[in-house]
Amino acid sequence: MRSFDYRRADSLAAAREGLGEAAQIIAGGTNLLDLMKLQVMTPKQLLDINRVPGLREITETENGLKIGALVSNSDLAADPRIRSDYPVLARAILAGASGQIRNKATTGGNFLQRTRCPYFYDTSMACNKRQPGSSCTAIGGISRMTAILGVSEHCIAAHPSDMAVAMRALDARLDVADATGDVRQVGMDELYCLPGERPDIETTLAPDDIITAVHLPQKQSGAVHVYRKVRDRASYAFALVSVAAIVTRREQRIATAALAFGGIGSRPWRNSEVDEMLAGEVPGEPLFAAAADRLLAEARTEEGNAFKTRLTRRTMISVLREATGLEPASVGTDRVEESAA
Amino acid sequence: MNDRFKMDEAQPRLLDSTGQGIIGTEMDRPDGRLKVCGAAPYAAEFAADRMAHGVLVRATVSKGRVLALNDESIREMPGFLGLFHDGTMLRNSAQGMAGEAPVQPGLRVDYHGQSVAVVVAETFEQARDAAQQLAVRFEAAEEVEVDPETAEAIELDEDSSEQFGDLEAAMAEAVHTVDSVYTTPGHVSAAMEPHASLAEWHEGNLSLHGSYQMLRFNKKELADSLGVDADRVRILAPFVGGGFGSKLGIGAEAVAAAVAARELDRPVRVVMARQQVFDCVLRRTETRQRLRLAADEDGRLSGVGHEDRISQLPEESFGEPTATATHFMYGGKNRLYRKEIARIHRTPSGSVRAPGEAVGMLGLEGAMDELAEVCGIDPVELRLRNIPDTHPETGKPYSSRSLAECLKQGASQFGWENRPAAGSRREGQWYIGCGVASAARSNSLVRADARVTLSADGAIVETDLTDIGTGSYAILTQIAAEMLGLPASKVTTRLGDTDLPGASGSGGSFGAGSTGSAVFLAAKKIRARLAEKLGCDVDSLTLKDGVARGGNVEKPLRDLCVEPICEEAGITAGKLGDDYEQASFGAHFAEVAVHADSGEVRVRRMLGVFAAGRILNVKTARSQCIGGMVWGIGSALMEELGHDPRTGHIITRDLANYHIASNADVPLIDVHFIEERDDQSNPIQSKAIGELSISGAGAAVVNAIYNACGVRIRAFPATPDKVVAGLEALGL
Repeated sequence: MRSFDYRRADSLAAAREGLGEAAQIIAGGTNLLDLMKLQVMTPKQLLDINRVPGLREITETENGLKIGALVSNSDLAADPRIRSDYPVLARAILAGASGQIRNKATTGGNFLQRTRCPYFYDTSMACNKRQPGSSCTAIGGISRMTAILGVSEHCIAAHPSDMAVAMRALDARLDVADATGDVRQVGMDELYCLPGERPDIETTLAPDDIITAVHLPQKQSGAVHVYRKVRDRASYAFALVSVAAIVTRREQRIATAALAFGGIGSRPWRNSEVDEMLAGEVPGEPLFAAAADRLLAEARTEEGNAFKTRLTRRTMISVLREATGLEPASVGTDRVEESAA
Repeated sequence: MNDRFKMDEAQPRLLDSTGQGIIGTEMDRPDGRLKVCGAAPYAAEFAADRMAHGVLVRATVSKGRVLALNDESIREMPGFLGLFHDGTMLRNSAQGMAGEAPVQPGLRVDYHGQSVAVVVAETFEQARDAAQQLAVRFEAAEEVEVDPETAEAIELDEDSSEQFGDLEAAMAEAVHTVDSVYTTPGHVSAAMEPHASLAEWHEGNLSLHGSYQMLRFNKKELADSLGVDADRVRILAPFVGGGFGSKLGIGAEAVAAAVAARELDRPVRVVMARQQVFDCVLRRTETRQRLRLAADEDGRLSGVGHEDRISQLPEESFGEPTATATHFMYGGKNRLYRKEIARIHRTPSGSVRAPGEAVGMLGLEGAMDELAEVCGIDPVELRLRNIPDTHPETGKPYSSRSLAECLKQGASQFGWENRPAAGSRREGQWYIGCGVASAARSNSLVRADARVTLSADGAIVETDLTDIGTGSYAILTQIAAEMLGLPASKVTTRLGDTDLPGASGSGGSFGAGSTGSAVFLAAKKIRARLAEKLGCDVDSLTLKDGVARGGNVEKPLRDLCVEPICEEAGITAGKLGDDYEQASFGAHFAEVAVHADSGEVRVRRMLGVFAAGRILNVKTARSQCIGGMVWGIGSALMEELGHDPRTGHIITRDLANYHIASNADVPLIDVHFIEERDDQSNPIQSKAIGELSISGAGAAVVNAIYNACGVRIRAFPATPDKVVAGLEALGL
C-alpha cells in the first residue's frame, strides 16, 4: 500500500469538490483496500463518502424503488420489499461474498468492483487492465475464472459481481451525479464498456462522477425470478456461471424473458436477442437450446474456460425449465406475488 | 538424556489401572479459554522495544539469477532501515526433521516466488511499501521446465520402486482387473496463522518467537542457517495457529528476521502475507498415479500396482511417499511400485497433512471402488475380504489393526445396507449416492524428552513440544494428572520453548504418542519415588485427587513432596518399531448429492469410524478427525493449486482463489472411535491420530459421486466441469 491522503466528505457537494483527478472514492472499501495492499491500485487520495447523508435509504417512488448508493449489500438483500418484489436481487446478493463483506460492501461500490482475474492481482504478471499495453497473461494462463463473452485479445477478465447480474436482468438505472452536480440516469446497458483495446477503461462513468442511487422498475406481479449460481464451493466463491432470469407467462407461452449472466462475461452479460427469442414462444427444450446457442454463438474460449459453454448451456436450460414451470421450483426460484394491499 | 527408554518390549497398561479417571475423557483444553479470549499470543502478536518490521521480496523469474539488487530505489522512503539479501536467505522452508539449513542459493533463483531479500523499516506499512517498490533485476534462464507432465528431467526414485512377484502375469491371469490413472493437484497447508517471526539478539544469543511445529529440529536449522552455535539459539512458540506440515522446518521469514535483527542491532519482526506463504512455503506435490488391481472371481486380490509421478525442485530431498498405505492395506502377492520424480521449477514440495496417505489413498481407495464394481461385490465386503493376516510384503504382524471393525461398525451406523444402486436415487434435481473408503496412517515413535515436577502446589510438565491446535496442552496435562492422581487444574503444562527438554515435535501424527510417552515415563519415575516415600510397593500405589495410598498407608500427596520431586524422562524407538507393522486404521462413509444439470456436488453427511490405540482425549481426538474429514471434502471437491503454465508459479495464491471447504460445504460429520490398545506402539498404547482421518476421506466422497450418478472422477478435484463432462459422456 502506498501512502495516501484521506478525506471525508459530509455532503455530496463536498464530495464533488474533493474529487480531483487523483482522488478515489471509498465507501465499503471491501475490494479497494485489498487492491491497495497489493499496489494494484495506488490512489494518492481517498475520499470517504460514508457520511454523506441521504444515500442509505430505500424509498418507494412512482416508478418503483430507489436504492441509495450507500445501502449495504446486507441491508439491501434483507429489505422486505426486495425479498418479495425483486427476489432475484436478494438471491443474487446473498450468493456473493460472505456475511462480513456484505455488511460493509455498498450498492454503488458493488457495481464498480474490479475483476478477480488472478493476473490482475499479481503484479509480477503483465495485465492490460493494470498497465495498458503490457499484454494479457491470463490468455494462455490459468483461465478457469475468466470470461468467454465480450472478451478481446487484450483482456479476458470476467466481471465478478452477482448483484449487478440481477440488476442487469431487472433493467436497473443508476443516478449519477457529475462534477457540476447534475444528475443523469445511466442504464445497466450503458454502464459497462467492453474491454476492446482498452480493458483499463471499465465503465462509461467519468472520474468525477458519483453514483448516488439505483432505480428499480415497478414490480411485476406473477413474474418468476431465478438466481442460480454455479461455483466451485457452496459459499465464498465467484461464479463459474450464474444466471438471473425474470420470466412472465401468458397462458401457455412465455410473455417476457430477461436473462442476465455472471461469470462468463467481461461485464454483467445480457443479450437482448436471447430474450426476444424466448418471448411469445411455448416453452420447451428445443426453444431453450436454440436460445442457448444464440447466447453462446460468439463465445471465445481458452483451454481453461472452455467448459463454460457447456456449463452455461446446461445451467441456462435448467433455469428456464423452472422459470417456465416445466420443472418444479427449487431454492433460488421465486414467484412475485400480488401485493396483499 | 542418556537413559532414554527404548521401546523394545510391550509395557503394562498402567493408564488402565490408575485411579484419577481423566485420561481419555472429553476434558476441555486448558488453553481453550485463552484462545477464545484472544489471550493466547501467537508469533506475530509478540512485540519488543524498538522493534522494526521486515517484508520479504520475491523472485519473479522461474530460474535464473539476481542481477541487481540494491536499495537505490527505496533508500529515501520514509522509515527505511535496510535491505538484506546476503547468502543466508533460504530458498524454501526446511523439510521436516532436517535439523540443518535448507538450500541457501545466494543470488541463484530456482523458482518464481522464492524469497530473495527482506526490506526492513520502522513500520510494517513502510516496509511493505518499500518491498513492493524495490526494483530488482533478474536474469532469466532461457528454458525452464515447470510442468511435471512434459518435463524432460524425470528421475526414477529407486528406493520407492520395487516389486514382489509378477504383477503383469497376475493382471493377465486375473478374472477381474482395474487399471486406472488417478491425478491429484497440488495442495497447500493454508494454516490459519501465516508464518511469522520476531528475532532479538542479546550478546550474541538469538531469541526467536516463531510459528513452528518441531522446535528441537528448528533450533538446529535456524542456527545452521545463520552459522551460529545451536546453543545460542532459543525458539519460542507457545501457541501455533495450525501447521499441517507447513511449519515443520525453519522458513525464510525466520532467517530474514534474524539476519536483519543482527545487522540493525534491534528486534525485527517478519510476517508473511498469505500470498507469500503460498509462494515459498512447501506445497504438496501434484501426483499422477497408475493403480492396477488384479483379483479372482471372489474379489480376492492377487496383484496390486501403484506407480506415481510427483514433482520436486532439482536437488531438493523430499519425495511424496504416495504409495505408503498401498504397501500394507490389502493383500495380493504380486505387487509393483514405481515412483518418478519430475524435476521442475515450481515452489518446492514437502509435507502437507498426511504426506503419502492423503493423496495415495485417493488413488488406492478409488481403484478399490472400481474393483468392487467390476466384481459385483459390495465395496465394504470387498475390503473386508482383502485384509491380509500379516504385512503382504514383509510378513510382519500388525501391532494392532481394527480395520474390519471400523468398516463393519461404520456400515451399520451409516445404514450402508440401504445404499442404492448406482444412479438410481434422485431427489428433485439432485442425484443421491453413498461411498465408502478405508483410512490408514502409519504410526511411528520419535525421540522425545520431558520433565515433570511434583510439588505441594501441584505438577508442572515441561517439554518443547508444540500445540499447533491439536490439543497437546490437554493430553499432556491429562497424562500427568492421571499418573500423579491430581485434578487437571493442579497440573500446568509448559510447551513451545527450546530451553525445555526436547520433544518429538508435532508432525507425522507422532507428537502425542512420543512426547506423551516421555511425560508418562517421567511421571512414572515420580510414582516410584512416591512409593518409596510412602514405604509401599509401586504396584500397590494408588494416587487419586491428591491422596496417595499404598500398603496400609494413606497420605496427602503434598506431604510427600514438600521438597519438589523433579524427574526427566525420554523415549526412543526400539525393536518393536521394526518387528511390527504399525498404523492406525479407519473407515469413511459419505453421502453426496450431485446436481443433475450443473454437476455441483454437496456432501450431505459423513461418518468416520477410527481406531488409533488408546484415545487420550476423546474431544481433541474427535476434533482432529473432523478436521481431517473436512480436508477430505476439500481434496475431493475443490482444493487445487493452479500453476501458471509458463512460469510455474502459483496463481491461486490466496484463500479466495485457493478453495478450501467453506462452512456451507461441510455437513454434519459424525466420528466414532473403536476401543483399542496398541502394546507395541509406545508405553501409553496410543497410535497416530492427527492425520488418520484425512487419509481416504476424499475417496469416500468421490466414490459416492459414482454411486449417485455413475460418473467416475479420477482427476481430483471433482469440480462441476468434470462432473458435467462425465454426465454428458453418459448421455445425461
